[in-house]
Amino acid sequence: MGRFAHLHFSRVGFTALTALIGAIFALPLVWFLFAPFNPRAELGLAIPRPFSFSNFGTVLENDFAIRALLNSLIQSVGGVVCVAFAATLASYALSRSSLPGKGAVTYVLLLFSSVVSGSAAMVPIFLMISRVGLIDTHLAVIFVFAGGLLPTAMFILRDFIDGIPRSYEESAMVAGASPTQAFFDVALPVIRPGVVVVVVWAFVNIWGSFLIPFILLRSAEKMPASVAIYSFYSEAGTPIVTLLAAYALLYSIPVVVLYLFVSWKFGFRFFGGIKA
Amino acid sequence: MKRFSLLSARAGATFMSPAGLLVGAFVIVPFFWVIFVSFTNRSLLGPTALNPDFVWFQNYIELFTSGRGVEPGTFGFSLILTVQFVLFSALIGQALLGLLLAWLLQQVPKSVKGFTETMVIGAWILPEVVIGFAWFAFLDYDNGTLNGILDALGLPRGDWLLDYPFWVIVVFNTWRGTAFSMMLFNSAFASIPPSYFQAADVAGASSWQKFRDIGLPLIRGHVVTDLILITMWTFNVFTPFLLTRGGPGGQTEVLSIYTYRVAFRDFDFGKGAAVGVVVMLINLAFALFYLWVARKRTPRKEAT
Amino acid sequence: MKWKSVLLALAVATPAAAQDLTISCRCVSDGVNSALADWIKESVIPDFEAANEGVTVSLSEFAGGDEQLTQQLALDFSTGAGADIAGFDGFLIPNFVEAGLLKPLEELVGPQVNDWEGWEHISDGSRALMSYDGGTFGIALGTDVRMIFVRADLLEEAGIDPASFQPNSWEELLDAARQIKEAMPDSHPLQLNAGVPMGEATTMQGYWMAILGTGESIVDEEGRYIVESQGILDVLNLYKTIYVDEELGDARAQQLGDGRNRTFANFRDGTTAMLVEGDWFYRSVTAPGSEFEVADRDEVMTWAKMPAMEPGAGWNGQDYVTISGGTGWVVNPNTDDPELAWELLSFMNSKEQIDEFQTFQPRISIRDDVEVPNEPFLTETSGALLPLTTARPNDSNYNAVSAEIQRMTEAVVSGQMSPEEAMARYKEAVTEIVGEENTVSLM
Repeated sequence: MGRFAHLHFSRVGFTALTALIGAIFALPLVWFLFAPFNPRAELGLAIPRPFSFSNFGTVLENDFAIRALLNSLIQSVGGVVCVAFAATLASYALSRSSLPGKGAVTYVLLLFSSVVSGSAAMVPIFLMISRVGLIDTHLAVIFVFAGGLLPTAMFILRDFIDGIPRSYEESAMVAGASPTQAFFDVALPVIRPGVVVVVVWAFVNIWGSFLIPFILLRSAEKMPASVAIYSFYSEAGTPIVTLLAAYALLYSIPVVVLYLFVSWKFGFRFFGGIKA
Repeated sequence: MKRFSLLSARAGATFMSPAGLLVGAFVIVPFFWVIFVSFTNRSLLGPTALNPDFVWFQNYIELFTSGRGVEPGTFGFSLILTVQFVLFSALIGQALLGLLLAWLLQQVPKSVKGFTETMVIGAWILPEVVIGFAWFAFLDYDNGTLNGILDALGLPRGDWLLDYPFWVIVVFNTWRGTAFSMMLFNSAFASIPPSYFQAADVAGASSWQKFRDIGLPLIRGHVVTDLILITMWTFNVFTPFLLTRGGPGGQTEVLSIYTYRVAFRDFDFGKGAAVGVVVMLINLAFALFYLWVARKRTPRKEAT
Repeated sequence: MKWKSVLLALAVATPAAAQDLTISCRCVSDGVNSALADWIKESVIPDFEAANEGVTVSLSEFAGGDEQLTQQLALDFSTGAGADIAGFDGFLIPNFVEAGLLKPLEELVGPQVNDWEGWEHISDGSRALMSYDGGTFGIALGTDVRMIFVRADLLEEAGIDPASFQPNSWEELLDAARQIKEAMPDSHPLQLNAGVPMGEATTMQGYWMAILGTGESIVDEEGRYIVESQGILDVLNLYKTIYVDEELGDARAQQLGDGRNRTFANFRDGTTAMLVEGDWFYRSVTAPGSEFEVADRDEVMTWAKMPAMEPGAGWNGQDYVTISGGTGWVVNPNTDDPELAWELLSFMNSKEQIDEFQTFQPRISIRDDVEVPNEPFLTETSGALLPLTTARPNDSNYNAVSAEIQRMTEAVVSGQMSPEEAMARYKEAVTEIVGEENTVSLM
C-alpha cells in the first residue's frame, strides 16, 4: 500500500517536473508565437491587437522567399538521403568488418570534420566545386553538406550498430539468408532509431545553414530559405521584425512536421520485430 | 564457435564507397588544406592571399604568446572561456538535462511527453535568425518576457545581456542544444528491450534504481558518443554571436567567435586554421578522457 | 601558330550574336538597398539593352552580411567567376588589389577609360574612393557625410533654440546635452557610437568624428598608425564623460548586439536628442514608411555640424569636421568582354542614369552635374559638409585596426578601463597587427 502510494507520488512528481521543464523551454519562444500575427511587432513581447494574418500576406507575395522554401526542401531532402544512405552502409560495413583500427576511423573522421566546419575550409571546397563545374547547382550544395555531415552520422550510427549483437544476423544466415539480406531484413530494422536521429539531425543542419549555399550558389532561383530570410531586411539593412517572424514560422513548419512524422512513424514501434 | 563472415571484403568495399567518396572530397582534402594553411600566413585578401609564406609554427606560437596575457580579445582568454562554456553548457547543461528528460519522458503521460518534447525540439530546430530575435525579446530589459515574469513574481529584474553575459550564453546553449542529447538518449533507452524493465518492475525497483542499474549501464556507449559530439559542437558553436556578438567587452568571445573575427574580419586564414587545429587537439583530449572514464567504470566489457 | 590560337580564342569569346552581362550588388527589391535594385532593373538594364542591340544584362540580387559577401566576392574573383560589374565597398579595394583580385581599369579595358566624359565631373577625392596605389578600379555610386542629427522638439523643451543651434566646441555640445538631461532626466540626450557590436559604424560615426576634432587622424602623413597621443586620450575622455561620468548617452546601446537599432529607436521615440550618424540615417533609416520613421520629420528633425574640440582645433585647422565613405562598382577582372563591361559601367554612371537614380532615392552623387532634386536636406548638408570632408586611409590593415578602435572605445564606455589603460592596450594590439615600424607615438 505504502509502496503503491510512493510510486503514484513519484509518477505525479515526474509529470509535474517534465511539464515544468517543457514550460521553461517554451518561454523564450512565446514571443515567436505572437509576433508573426502582430502587424506592429517589435522585440518587446506584445499580444497582437488585432490578431492578424497580414504579415503572412506580405510574405507570400515575395516569390523569391517562397521559392526558397522549395529550394531548402530540395537541398535538405537530397542531403539527408545522401547522408542516411551512405552513412548506414558505411557504418555497417565498418562495424562488421575485421579491419584493424576500425574503431578509430569514425572518430578520426569526426575530428577532421570539426576542423573543416570551423575554419576557412570553404576555400578548397569552393575551388573543387568550381573545377568540376558544379557552382550554382543544387547538387553541389547537397554533396558538400553530405560530405561534411557524414563523419558525425557515421559516428552516431556505428554506435548503434555496435550495440546490436552479431548473433542477430548470424542466426539469419544460419537460416539461409545472404549477407545482404541479413543487412536489409535483420540489421536495418534494428538500427532504425539511430537512423532517425541522424535524419532529423542532418535535416536540421542543412535546413538552417547559411554559408555553404551562399558561397556555392549564385542565382536567386536556387537560394534556400536561410539566405532568403535576409530579404526581409529593410532598405536600411535593419530587420523587418514582422515579416521575419512570419517567414520564420513558415520556415520552421517543415522541420517540425518532419520531426513529428518521423517520431510517429518510426519512433514508437521499434520492438515489433525482434524480442531479445 | 565458428564466426560467420558477415560481409565479404568486396561487399564491404561497396558499402563504404559512397561515404568514402564524399568524405574524401569534402572532409579529408579540406582538412589537409587547413593543416597546410595553418603553417602559412595565407589570408583571404591582401598581399599574402597571392603569395603566402611558409611560416612554420609562427601562427601557433602567436596564439599562445600574445603580449596581452589572457585578457578579453586574446586566444588564451577565449580558450579558457570556451572550456568553461563547454563544462557548464554542454556537459552539465545539455547532457545532464538531456539524460534527465529522456528518462522522464519514458514514464509520463503522452500529452505531457508530447508537449515537453515539442518545446525542447522546437528550441533546437528553429532557424538561427529567429532564435536571435526571440531571445532578444525574452531578455530585453524594458519589455522582455523574463523581466515581465520576474516583475509578476515580485522578484528584481535583471539586465541580463550586460550584467551576466556568460551565464546568458550558457543557458542559451543549454536551451538550444539539449534536444540532441534528449533524442539520442531517448533512442538509446528505446533500444533496451522492455523485458529488462518489466523484470525490474516485478522486483519492485524504484525509478532511480532502474535508471542506475539498468538504463544507464546499457546506454553507457551512447553517453560517451553524446559527450564527444556535444563537446565538439559546443567548441565550434557560433550561435552565441547572435546574442552578444562576443561582448560586452569581449566577455563572451568564445573560440568560434574568435576564429570568425580572425579569419573573416581580419582575413587571416593561417591563424584561423591554427585555432581550428588546436581546438581539434583539445577535443581529442576530451574524448580520450571520456573513454578512459567509461572504461574505468566497467571492469568487464560485456560480450557482443 | 600561337597567334592563330589567340585569334581563334578571341573569335570564340566574342560571338557576334547575343552577349550577357551581369551586375551584382547587395541589394534586393523590397529589401536591403531596394532603391538600388529597382534603379538597375527598371532604368539601367532596359536603357542599356535598348542602346546595345544583342546584349542582355541581368542583376543578381543578394542580401546577407558584409563578411559573407566579401568572402563570396573574393572566391569568385579568384576563380574567374562572378558578375561582370560588382557592387563594392570602397574601403575593401586595397585588400582586393593586394591579393591580385582587381585590375586597374586602364590596364583591363585600355586607355579609352580615361576619355570618359564623367571623370571631369568627379572630384579627385571621389575618384579616390575606388582607387588605390595610383590605379582606379571602378566608379563610386555616391558618397556620404556625417553630422549630428538633432531633435528640435527636445531642444525646445530644454530651452535651447533649435534654429540657431550649432555647438562650436565639445564643451558646448556637452553643455547642450546637460541642459537637456536636466529638463528630461530619463533621456539620453547625446549618442556618439562606440563599441564592437556596431562594427565600422563605431569607427566612422563615432571615433573618426571625434578624433578629427582633435586635429589628429588615425594615421599620420606618412601613413603610420598613431597608437599613442593626446588626441586619442581626449577622445576617450569625451566618451567617458558622455557614457560613464555623466550618463548623457545610452551606454547599453553601445554594448548590446542590437544596439544600433536601439539608438535609432531612441531617436524616433524622442529619448535621444542628438545622434551622430551619416546622411543615410536621413535617406533610409528615418524615411517615411520605415521602422524608425520620425513622425512629423520635417518639423522635429534638424541637424548640426560636428564641432572640433575647440574652434579651429580640428583636422586641417577646421572648426567643424566630417568624414565620407563610399560604395560603388568595380569591373571584374575576369570578365569575358572588358570593353563591354566598361561601357555598361560608364553608362550606369552617365548623367542620365544618375539623374534617373535620384528619382529612386535621392542621395549625394559624386557627379557635380547631378542635382539632388527636391531634397533641401541633402542639398544643404552636402553643400556645407563636403568641403570639410576627408576619407579613411587607403590601407589593407585599416580593417583590422578599425576593429581595435571599436574594442578600445567599448572598454571605456563600459567602464572596464580608464582611457589610459584602453589606449595602452590599443597600442599593443595595433603594433601586433601592423608591426612597430608602421606605428607612431605622439606623446
